[in-house]
Amino acid sequence: MTRADSIVPPGQPLDPDGRTVLTASDVARALRRIAHEILEHNKGPDDLVVLGIPSRGVELANRLVDLIREVEGAEVPVGSLDITMHRDDLRHQPTRAPMHTQIPSGGIDDKVVVLVDDVLYSGRTIRAALDALSDLGRPRAVRLAVLVDRGHRELPIRADHVGKNLPTSHAEKVQVRLAGHDGLEDVVRIAGGDAR
Amino acid sequence: MNRHLLSSADLTRDDVRMLLATASEMHEVQRRDVKKLPTLRGRTIINLFFEDSTRTRSSFEIAGKWMSADTINITGKGSSASKGESLRDTVRTIDAMAVDAIVMRHMASGAAHQVAQWVDASVINAGDGTHEHPTQALLDAYTIEQRLGDLDGAHVAIVGDLTHSRVFRSNAIMLRTLGARVTLVAPPTLMPSGIRPWAAADGLTLSDDLDAVLASGPDAVMMLRVQRERMSGGFFPTPREYTVGFGLTRDRLRALADANSDAVICHPGPMNRGLEISADAADAARSLVLDQVSAGVAVRMSVLYHLLAGEGVAA
Repeated sequence: MTRADSIVPPGQPLDPDGRTVLTASDVARALRRIAHEILEHNKGPDDLVVLGIPSRGVELANRLVDLIREVEGAEVPVGSLDITMHRDDLRHQPTRAPMHTQIPSGGIDDKVVVLVDDVLYSGRTIRAALDALSDLGRPRAVRLAVLVDRGHRELPIRADHVGKNLPTSHAEKVQVRLAGHDGLEDVVRIAGGDAR
Repeated sequence: MNRHLLSSADLTRDDVRMLLATASEMHEVQRRDVKKLPTLRGRTIINLFFEDSTRTRSSFEIAGKWMSADTINITGKGSSASKGESLRDTVRTIDAMAVDAIVMRHMASGAAHQVAQWVDASVINAGDGTHEHPTQALLDAYTIEQRLGDLDGAHVAIVGDLTHSRVFRSNAIMLRTLGARVTLVAPPTLMPSGIRPWAAADGLTLSDDLDAVLASGPDAVMMLRVQRERMSGGFFPTPREYTVGFGLTRDRLRALADANSDAVICHPGPMNRGLEISADAADAARSLVLDQVSAGVAVRMSVLYHLLAGEGVAA
């Protein structure tokens, strides 16, 4: 799981000792590039379905779909995929209410599903998302887009589209803030740990 | 939340809000082709029912199965209890098999509390005598909110056989937790003795005039089953007389609609049609009876998830 990263509540104060690794304009450029990559790889917008993993993945998915509309003038279905009930670490923390799963009306059968999340870390969130997807249908292909890949994979999972590869230590925390979700300017920061 | 769910009073407003929010997501799962979630894989849930039940037992069983738990049903009649084994021995035997939860219905009030002292498993009270039935209250709150929105400030009338009703007790507590205004309507013979101090302390209004309460335009009217199997004395002269005074008849249905056109009707089932509720009321568009059953599985998935999925005792 992205662990602490994924359950940082909206608007939580940033660690003042952290350092900024992506500014708002860096995030905007990365997303624009990812939108182009998705379209290029798919040879257009046909059959694409973009699903964000709550909570910040949903915000990113919506932005990607907006960018695809700008570039291609096409309306790509967008939704959200909650993975709470599929997590493999449920026993290790208090339960929390699952978030919303919203699958576009066309479903995902025979579609190319692009999963979107903010931080890729152990890969366990994505493992859970793949399981959740298989309960909903059979996509023709599943691709993965993330804003930040911080390494330390525990499962054989890789992202197809990465905003920024960010080597980190386990002790560090990656904090993502997104306008629209957290109500503040986009920023990605690294905090904690000694490795600078 | 506690490890057990024995009473509506175990749940804070935040607990109820979280359980209902989860139930809403689980309700969505129910509309999928594949309804199975892996969440409770490897957990074992025993449904221990010493009293007859259709909807509660089957919905707990379905809820457990859809979350990949192993669910096993034990009924009083087919178990060693019918050979004279004590309740304590029965549940300790079950507990010794390292089960994770015991969903329990028993004819004695307080049975679930008692069992919770004896076992390591989580105990979920699925009805204990005339005491409580908290998951019913959760699903009633869920169903009403699906139709009417937040119960905070809503007016709910609970009508009928209050004395023998665990559904009423759990509902009255939970509705107050959620901020609803509650009016209890019953003939004096079926108004529980000792209710006045509770009503005064918890802000419950008491009435024996159903027509006046309906004319006040409640947002929801919860009809209770007349529990003839629990009645030993003459609580009312004839069923006909009960219906005239406290049944939701066709005329009263009209009066309710006139007073509040959005009002909804609930009944925990099984219904005595023609006694406490007329066929017109039971099948009306404002009747939520079948929605209640449909919500039952989602609400119980939510309860099982929050009691069993997390680490030890959830914070």
